[in-house]
Amino acid sequence: MTYSHSVGGTTWRFDDLREVMAKASPARSGDLLAGVAAGSDAERVAAQMCLAAVPLKRFLEEALIPYESDEVTRLIIDSHDAAAFAPVSHLSVGDFRNWLLGEEADESSLKALAPGLTPEMVAAVSKIMRVQDLILVAQKVRVVTRFRNSIGLAGRMSTRLQPNHPTDDGAGIAASILDGLLYGNGDAVIGINPATDSTAGICELLKMLDAVISRYEIPTQACILTHVTTSIEAINRGAPLDLVFQSIAGTEAANASFGISLATLQEGYEAGLSQKRGTLGDNLMYFETGQGSALSANAHHDVDQQTCEARAYAVARRYKPLLVNTVVGFIGPEYLYNGKQIIRAGLEDHFCGKLLGVPMGCDICYTNHAEADQDDMDMLLTLLGTAGINFIMGIPGSDDVMLNYQTTSFHDALYVRQVLGLRPAPEFEEWLAKMQILRQDGNRLQLGRELPEAFRRALEKMA
Amino acid sequence: MHDRSPTTENPWQHLRQLTPARIALGRAGVSLPTDAQLDFQFAHAQARDAVHLPLDCQALAAELEKHELGCLHLRSAASDRQIYLQRPDLGRRLDEASAAKLDEHAGDGCDLALVIADGLSALAVQRHAAPMALKIAEQCQAERWSLGPVALVEQGRVAIADEIGQRLKARMVVILLGERPGLSSPDSLGLYFTWAPQVGRHDAQRNCISNIRPEGLSCNLAAHRLLYLMREASRRQLSGVQLKDEAEVPALEGEPRAGNFLLG
Repeated sequence: MTYSHSVGGTTWRFDDLREVMAKASPARSGDLLAGVAAGSDAERVAAQMCLAAVPLKRFLEEALIPYESDEVTRLIIDSHDAAAFAPVSHLSVGDFRNWLLGEEADESSLKALAPGLTPEMVAAVSKIMRVQDLILVAQKVRVVTRFRNSIGLAGRMSTRLQPNHPTDDGAGIAASILDGLLYGNGDAVIGINPATDSTAGICELLKMLDAVISRYEIPTQACILTHVTTSIEAINRGAPLDLVFQSIAGTEAANASFGISLATLQEGYEAGLSQKRGTLGDNLMYFETGQGSALSANAHHDVDQQTCEARAYAVARRYKPLLVNTVVGFIGPEYLYNGKQIIRAGLEDHFCGKLLGVPMGCDICYTNHAEADQDDMDMLLTLLGTAGINFIMGIPGSDDVMLNYQTTSFHDALYVRQVLGLRPAPEFEEWLAKMQILRQDGNRLQLGRELPEAFRRALEKMA
Repeated sequence: MHDRSPTTENPWQHLRQLTPARIALGRAGVSLPTDAQLDFQFAHAQARDAVHLPLDCQALAAELEKHELGCLHLRSAASDRQIYLQRPDLGRRLDEASAAKLDEHAGDGCDLALVIADGLSALAVQRHAAPMALKIAEQCQAERWSLGPVALVEQGRVAIADEIGQRLKARMVVILLGERPGLSSPDSLGLYFTWAPQVGRHDAQRNCISNIRPEGLSCNLAAHRLLYLMREASRRQLSGVQLKDEAEVPALEGEPRAGNFLLG
C-alpha cells in the first residue's frame, strides 16, 4: 500500500509503511548510511504527519518485514493480545500520542496495554514525540523484575557493577568489585564482559562471583556476558550460573549473525530456570541491544534502525528478562553520530522498551570516535533518571579498560541518587545500610567513613 | 591540614596495583574529585586528538624511503574525517584518482602488497607503522617474496586493502592502521592480513593482529606472528578463520585466576 501527505504545497509519496517509518525517523547517521532516511527536513516532517494519520491497527495488517521470512515478525504477530489492545485499537498514531500523554494512560492501564502493543506501534509513536514526551510517558510505566532483589520499583534505580579487566585477572576483577560495592553499586547485577571466550575460563569467573556474593551475603546476582551457548555449556559443567546473557537484535537475520535464534534463546532460558537459583523470582535473562546492530549485520530489510531496535524488545519480553540494556553509544558514529543523536536514541529505546513491558536499563556510553563527551552522558543520565530507568552501568571512573569505551561511573550513580532521590533496590539498600556502606535519606547520601569489617579483614590479609 | 581537605580519600588505594581500572578515586561530596576529573578529561582529549589528527604521509614516506621502500600516496572515497566517520563504505574503497594511480604502478604483480592507512588513530600509525613496515620488508626479503610499492592511504578502513591488493595483483596483502583509541591506549596499531585480496572479501577471510604498541604487543612479536600466518597462507592458499584456528596463540596471559583477596 502506498502512502502520501500534502503539506506546504507539496505532495510527498511513500511506497509503503516501512518507508513512512524510516523517513519519519528523527535524523541519525545510521539511517543515512542505510539510505532510508528522509531526503530533507521537510520530507521528514511530512512523513511524520503521514505517520500520525496511520491507524494503529494498520501495523497488524502491514508487516514491515514479511511474516513468512522472519521469525521475529511471526513472534510479534502471533503473540499479539487483541483484548489488551482494545482500549487504543481505534486510535491513529497521532492520537495514540495524545492518549499516552493524557490521564487515562497511567501505571495500571499501561501495564495492561503492553501485550496489545507491537514494537512497530511504539516505534511509530516515538517518532512523533519530543524528548519531554518520551520522558513523561515512560515515567508512568513500572516494570518490576526479581531474582534475588526487586528491580524497577518506583523511586528506585539500580546499577550493574561492571568490573571488567583486560585479562580477566581474578584479583583485578575483585579490586573493581570492592570499589563498586563501597560506592553502593551492584544491585542490578555484578556482570563481567569476559576477555576470554573459553568455557573453562567462564566457569572460573562464575565460581568466583558466586563465592563473593555468598561470602558477603550480597542480595544481588552475577552474570558473565558470554554467548548463550557458552552459558548453557557452563551449566552443563556444573558452574553456578545466575543470569543467562545474550546480545539480541530485531530481525531473524541479525540474530543469526549473533549465532542465535528464538529456539536458542528458549534453550538458554530453560537451562537458566533449571538452576532455580533465584530467591525472590525467576526473571533470569539479561539481554543487550542497540540501535544499528541489524544494519551492521546487513540484516535490516530497509527498516530504520530505531524500529529494528524496538523489535528486539519483542524478542526480549518473550523470555521474561530480569534486565534489558540498550548499549546506546557503543556501536559508533556511523550509527549515532553525536551526543544529540545518542541522547535521543537512549530515550527512545527506554520509552519503547517500557511501553512493551520490558525492564529497560541503559548503558549510557560513547566511544572516542563519536562526537560526544562526559557532558552528553550527564544529560542522558539525568534525563533517564527522570524517566524512571530501571538500571544503569557502574564502572570505575567511567573508563572500561577491557572494552575501550566510556560509560557511567560509580560516582555517576550517586550523583543521580542525590539529585533525584533515587534509591537502590530495597533488599540491596538494606544490605548497604547493614554493612555501613551507604545510607540514603531522601536526597541526602551518607557514605560510611570506615571500611566495613568484613572487607577490612580481606584488605588486611592482602597487605 | 588533611582534616580540612574537601575531598575524601579511599583507604583501598593499594588495590590500584591489581588493575588498570580507575578505582579508589576518592570523592568530593559523592562526586569525582577535581584531580581525577581532569585526569580523565586529559585522557579523553588525547584519544579524541588521535582520532582527528591528520596522517602526515610525507613524513612517513620519507622515513620509509630512507630504507628504500617506495611509497604511493592514495586517498579513500571518504573526502574528510567527518564523512569517514559516518560512511564506513566510502572508507573501504579508493577514490578514482587513487585507483588510476595504482593501476599505473601495478606492473606484473607482487607477492605482498603493504598498505598503511590512518584508520581511527593517525597517532598509532605515526608512532608504530614505520618500524612495523620495515620488519615486514625484512621478512619478505628473507623469504624471497617480492614487495609492491607501499600504499599510504588517507581516510582508509581495513577493507580498502582488498582493492589495493587486487589492483597491484598481489598474492597477499597486509594493512597496518590505527585502531579505535581507548582512554589508556590512544596509539594502538592494528594489522590485518588477507590471502588473495579482492574486493568483496569479508572479515572471516582476514587475520587480525591487534594492540601493537610498546605497552601491548611489540613489533617483533607481531612480525613473528605475521610471518607464521603468511607462511601458512602460502602453503594452504587461504587466510581467515580456517587459518586462525590452527595458528591460535593464547591471546591472554594465562587463564583467569580464581584466587583473590576477597575470597582469601
